[in-house]
Amino acid sequence: MSNSPAPLVLEHTPGLQHHFADMEQQRNASSLGMWIFLGTEIMFFGGMFLAYLVYRMWYFNEFAAGSRTLNLLVGAVNTAVLICSSLTVALSVRAAQLGKRTLLVTLLALTILFGLVFLGVKAYEWDEKFTEHHVPGYSFHFQPESPEKPVDQGHAQIFFSLYFAMTGMHALHMIIGVGIFSVITWMAWRGRFTPEYHTPVEIAGLYWHFVDIVWIYLFPLLYLIDRRPHG
Amino acid sequence: MSEHILPSKLYWTIWAVLICLTGITAWVATVDLGPLNTIVALLIASGKALLVVLFFMHVKYTSEKLTRVVIISALFWLLILLGLSLTDYFIRHPGIAGGA
Repeated sequence: MSNSPAPLVLEHTPGLQHHFADMEQQRNASSLGMWIFLGTEIMFFGGMFLAYLVYRMWYFNEFAAGSRTLNLLVGAVNTAVLICSSLTVALSVRAAQLGKRTLLVTLLALTILFGLVFLGVKAYEWDEKFTEHHVPGYSFHFQPESPEKPVDQGHAQIFFSLYFAMTGMHALHMIIGVGIFSVITWMAWRGRFTPEYHTPVEIAGLYWHFVDIVWIYLFPLLYLIDRRPHG
Repeated sequence: MSEHILPSKLYWTIWAVLICLTGITAWVATVDLGPLNTIVALLIASGKALLVVLFFMHVKYTSEKLTRVVIISALFWLLILLGLSLTDYFIRHPGIAGGA
């Protein structure tokens, strides 16, 4: 099934849609479309980052205290998991470029696995918030670190609201990413990608890397607001 | 065909740097640098994001100039969103800051 002969010049490449001049133009068009979508995603997350920024400056005390209750080690490990998934995505695009089908399927499956591990750890962290009463709502209660440092319950709720909104929207993007990569893996398994045509792998990869970058910012902004030793 | 196939060693190197930077940013947050803590954290995050964009997302090697235009304009709009809103919140009504 593989090793179809290289197409002759002016011959119709199987993957080429007729409204494109050549494969490169077709690939560039798809890639550009994805980048424009990612531009809208930047604006989408940008709104939440702006809300975070304003409230963090207003209620820094509560934001810092809330941030310290998040598990630093778990957050850092989860960041590493996501970086590993970005590596497998980058390597899978390379495997597609080289036409290595088995390697491609393996790397895509690994990506999905890393994505699921990330989501599992996230679920564990959210569960912790429920038992600690750190979920905004009627049962919300934030215990101050010491009696000398009182905490405004309302302001603390704003921190955790933003925490859930931002990590929640990020997790939703991860779930969609896992869905997309499941389809891509299935296509790769069926041998749909060749060194000439593997745009879906590349485009899905761009999306995955973008979601990774969002987390790269979320990690310091949520977990590392003020971790300095207190004297 | 101008598609670059990068050596896998490069991807592994970028991965190692990203992992190291994650460790460094978690560690440096526990060191008292005064107001610099936030700046250092954001600089490290931006460095990591830049590595992902340039190498994992192939922007350093893309022949399509339009991609760069899209990225730069997206960042520019984000800057307008954050920058102009902050001037509004913190300069127009200095006393509105709730609580404090």
